[in-house]
Amino acid sequence: MRIYVTSVFVDDQAKALNFYTDKLGFILKHDIPLGAHRWLTVVSKEAPEGTELLLEPGEHPAVGPYKSALVNDGIPAASFQVDDLDKEFGRLRELGVQFTVEPMDAGTVRMAVFDDTCGNLIQLVEMIQGK
Amino acid sequence: MDDDQLDNIFKALGDPMRRRILDRLAKRPGQSLFEICASSVAEDGRSLSRQTISQHLDMLERAGLVQTHWSGRTKMHSFDNAPLRKAADAWLNKHLKKGRAT
Repeated sequence: MRIYVTSVFVDDQAKALNFYTDKLGFILKHDIPLGAHRWLTVVSKEAPEGTELLLEPGEHPAVGPYKSALVNDGIPAASFQVDDLDKEFGRLRELGVQFTVEPMDAGTVRMAVFDDTCGNLIQLVEMIQGK
Repeated sequence: MDDDQLDNIFKALGDPMRRRILDRLAKRPGQSLFEICASSVAEDGRSLSRQTISQHLDMLERAGLVQTHWSGRTKMHSFDNAPLRKAADAWLNKHLKKGRAT
């Protein structure tokens, strides 16, 4: 058994695709029309055959309260790994991405959190070796 | 300051985890629940559940030692030392001053 896809609920799929590709730098993998919505996935350039991220429509009535509750407490909906957090933080900030937590140490990782503009907070982590 | 308020303050201070949360918020004001949990892992090397930390924050908030504000849609917590001064004036200093005089 393998994890081939994971998802974040997004307010608007088109807007999400722009953010996740133009700002974050992921690439479009699948874009399949599905009724009013799309089966829309992106992958990392570093692992194009790796796990896909599904930008899932957030229409279900449970999604709004679920996302709000997470954002209220500052809890990320997804977590992505980077090799150099400070560099990535600088790059994304230049692109106008809003960070709610600037890079900080958290045990065996360094982490930061930003707003994906689609109703989610996203965590970036850099693994700290030798800790 | 009445006895209920004093009780709330001293009870809130009567736990090492809550004192540590205040230390951290004093150092870096405006943290979300998630950040407080993350820094407790980083600094204490052990993680408490979000539920536990959330309960500690509720108690600190009731005592007035933690104030909250909203940054966008995220609730941020900061340390407010005003109740500590009031508690000192209302009770602690009475005995501290006496101690100094003898």
